[in-house]
Amino acid sequence: MRKLSKIAAAVSLAMGVAAGPALAEDPLKVGFLYVGPVSDFGYSYQHDQARQYLEKEFGDKIETTYIENVTEPADAERAIERLARSGHELIFTTSFGFMNPTLKVAKRFPDVKFEHATGYKRAKNVSTYSARFYEARYVMGQIAASESKTGVAGYVAAFPIPEVVRGMNSFMLGAQSVNPDFKIKIIWANSWYDPGREADAAKALIDQGADVIVQHTDSPAPLQIAQERGVLTFGQASDMIKFAPEAQASALVNDWKSYYKNRVEAVMNDTWESSDTWGGFKAEMVRMAPYANVSEETIKLANETVAKLEAGEFHPFTGPVMKQDGSEWLKEGETADDGTLLGMNFYVKGFTDSLPN
Amino acid sequence: MNGFEALVLTIITASTPLLLAAIGELVVERSGVLNLGVEGMMIVGAVAAFGVAHVTGSPLLGVVAALFAGVAMSVLFGVLTLNLMANQVATGLALTILGLGLSGMIGEGFIGEPGQRLAALHIPVLSDLPLVGSIVFSQDILVYASIALVIGTYHFLFRTRSGLILRAVGDNHTSAHALGYSVIKVRFLAVMFGGACAGLAGAYLSLAYTPQWVEGMTAGRGWIALALVVFASWRPNRVLIGAYLFGAVSILQFHAQAAGIGVPSQLMSAMPYLATIIVLIIISRNVTLTKTNTPACLGKAFVPDR
Amino acid sequence: MRLVLEKRAEHSRLMTVVSPLLAIGLSLIAGSIMFVMIGVNPAEAIYAFFIEPLTSTWSLEELVVKSAPLVLIAVGLSVCFLSNNWNIGAEGQFTMGAIFGSIIPVLFHGFTGPLALPAMIIMGALGGMFWASIPAFLKTRFGTNEILTSLMLVYIAQYILDYLVRGPWRDPDGFNFPESRLYEADHTMWMLGDGRMHFGAIFALVAVIAVWFMLTKTIKGFEIKVMGQTPRAGQFAGFSRKGIVWFSFLISGAFAGIAGIVEVSGTIGQLTPVISPGYGFTAIIVAFLGRLNPIGILFAGLLLGLSYIGGEAAQVTLGMTDKTTSVFQGMLLFFVLACDTLILYKVRLVKPQPTAGGAHERV
Repeated sequence: MRKLSKIAAAVSLAMGVAAGPALAEDPLKVGFLYVGPVSDFGYSYQHDQARQYLEKEFGDKIETTYIENVTEPADAERAIERLARSGHELIFTTSFGFMNPTLKVAKRFPDVKFEHATGYKRAKNVSTYSARFYEARYVMGQIAASESKTGVAGYVAAFPIPEVVRGMNSFMLGAQSVNPDFKIKIIWANSWYDPGREADAAKALIDQGADVIVQHTDSPAPLQIAQERGVLTFGQASDMIKFAPEAQASALVNDWKSYYKNRVEAVMNDTWESSDTWGGFKAEMVRMAPYANVSEETIKLANETVAKLEAGEFHPFTGPVMKQDGSEWLKEGETADDGTLLGMNFYVKGFTDSLPN
Repeated sequence: MNGFEALVLTIITASTPLLLAAIGELVVERSGVLNLGVEGMMIVGAVAAFGVAHVTGSPLLGVVAALFAGVAMSVLFGVLTLNLMANQVATGLALTILGLGLSGMIGEGFIGEPGQRLAALHIPVLSDLPLVGSIVFSQDILVYASIALVIGTYHFLFRTRSGLILRAVGDNHTSAHALGYSVIKVRFLAVMFGGACAGLAGAYLSLAYTPQWVEGMTAGRGWIALALVVFASWRPNRVLIGAYLFGAVSILQFHAQAAGIGVPSQLMSAMPYLATIIVLIIISRNVTLTKTNTPACLGKAFVPDR
Repeated sequence: MRLVLEKRAEHSRLMTVVSPLLAIGLSLIAGSIMFVMIGVNPAEAIYAFFIEPLTSTWSLEELVVKSAPLVLIAVGLSVCFLSNNWNIGAEGQFTMGAIFGSIIPVLFHGFTGPLALPAMIIMGALGGMFWASIPAFLKTRFGTNEILTSLMLVYIAQYILDYLVRGPWRDPDGFNFPESRLYEADHTMWMLGDGRMHFGAIFALVAVIAVWFMLTKTIKGFEIKVMGQTPRAGQFAGFSRKGIVWFSFLISGAFAGIAGIVEVSGTIGQLTPVISPGYGFTAIIVAFLGRLNPIGILFAGLLLGLSYIGGEAAQVTLGMTDKTTSVFQGMLLFFVLACDTLILYKVRLVKPQPTAGGAHERV
């Protein structure tokens, strides 16, 4: 029976359009590939929250599958192909490292639609999407500088890639808009996900005078350290207030729900087209978690900025902005173009470290 | 809290799980058994500790649970390698795979839940002394346990008759058997001790180091513990040195980074591993010391010929 | 009454065949219990794990792709382990092989033509040998224990790779993302079939045959085994202790290095920060599961490969998590190891007998 139904499915797939109406009754199969475990309570967790949201939203009309903990490109390619072969018509590959594997599989399965997060290569059946997390980091910078007494933030960062550097710069510009002399101390943990190391890094930063901890790594460990040492901090990817009830000022929340819903609808209505989406507050892909442990004025300032970002009236990278060496990057009123932001590998003025290259 | 004090406290935290796991494995290896499953036992200990503390609200019960979880895993290893003579290396590695999977399954319900923190002891007067108060007299019980275990193990191995028998079993199981000692029994007890210690190391991670449960949170510390036993050339006092050396270098490289030193972060992250190799080379030039301490029967199965 | 194990005079040929089957049977029973407990139909789960991966050419090819590096590395390691050299750093040698082999496609990508790929493979082998020579040198020169040095070198190799792909070897057109350029066609491993199967499988097979031949038919093989079991006797026979350390480390380093460059040029097509799902460590299990015998290693590698591929299939078809997969994998390994006991030992029931030395038994 099993085998027969499989053959039937394969045949109908092979017949393509002709089999379309017959298949319309079947639920749309949507696949997801995660780089971490869904239990990371961070990046992969948020993608999975959106997947669960799809299941709730579309009910019987949809069937979702995920493969988690895929860290290596060779495994990723097989996992993506497996999803494509097992009748998934829309596949979300949610980590940068899946870029080339996604494109390779997409070439072999022209009828399957692929959505790759945070990459830059597209094809007729491959879209890219990402969120402008840096917008939230600008707000975090403003909060940090308003609340900090030492004027120093500690930054636990994973790797010096454009995504992280962009966030740091945006954070710095936000902080400088409040306190032009604001300083950032940075530790590269060389890992996205190692609670022990992240905690150690946060401790070292606090010991060196930081009274705000910002992280661009995935576990809630730095928040717990901030809570313990009584300094301010921010949640990463999801609202982590439970881990730092007296220390979390807010959190940068990744919200993929509306994007995923739109893309699934597009496939159902046959309007899906390859596209590049890079949305922030305005597109509801980034949110701030409820503010806590900060003053009323700070909340007011943050709310104003968020309102402007939501309305699309403000760009965190608006000139005049100088590079670290003092040379001019953006003229008065000029905003950064997406190409430069995408490959950002320089610091803005105010950083004391040199960017590892 | 001044900078030095904070630094020392951070180093103690980073070193303790390594020390706990390594001292257990040292006893296991001294009895002639090589259990490469430390990582697996440790992570099951971590999830057991977190889970029980989370459900009961008592971190101490969590510690006890971790101890038993570690022992349970080690019993599995013991039955396979000691009773069924399965290959120790392969069984240990399989134990790690099993432990990582099992802990992930058990821990699925604890996602996103902050854990109970193991409280630091507060001894009146002593804990309030400057410097030593916070460093020496205000740690949690697992830190004290780790130091006590080192001293206890040293005493046991080199000052007691049972310790002598354990070393004899590890050095020459045939002779030990001929003398009427039960090789399997001694080894089984040693393996269980190793499991208990690895469980405690896991408990330290999920209750004290970072009181939370995340999948794979041991992040390779079990392997480092294994390497430290070799580094220590099977001497308890040197395990202490090794664990603290490794912990200190790991933390100091973060401080160097935060201070803005312009060296590639990958080089900084590799420092603890490099430092351990270099120190080991220096130590191992004393050949006789290494030779006399290496358990001669390490990793070899024992079959009683009656 | 109690059960005791009694050593057989020689390997039981019957048990060599029966034991793996028994192990699989027991895993199926234990696995079924677990699947029922987590609410999965055991028949479907077992179908997904063991049968489905064998029903299509695509997944058979994928099985080969996954197993080949395991077999290649494990065969090299078997030489080390047989001669009592504890090289547990194959993962690092794999990484170094990938790095050295990638010097050509990354730095000299203009060097194309039929010689480019062979040159890459040789470079890869040299990279692995170079990394393996460090613990060998430290062991022969200073008596430093190789378990620690080879393991620590794994982490160091990974940081070197990390530094390269995020720094100097980054793709100049890649928006500063941490990846090298994609390799040219001439730098891509020769393909077998139209899927992802490539020449790496041939390397693994050649290695199996070559090492099997060396171990069983040559004096070198005899030397390796003697030096592993009774080094003293070996030295009387005129074998060099240092020589065998170097030989076994270099050969396992070379195999791991080739596996590394083959994986990068055949399966991935570029250097990325992560290039291995722990092949070097898994190969240690494969080596011992195959009883350090090249032919056994071939089967052990395929079995482990199957459990990975099957586990993935189960994730997709049954929505199982990868945790369930690794628990099942752990059980399977345990049963295989336990049942192997039957090859070397007989199980006998004995009546308890009064022991003369009972007093000594108190420990």
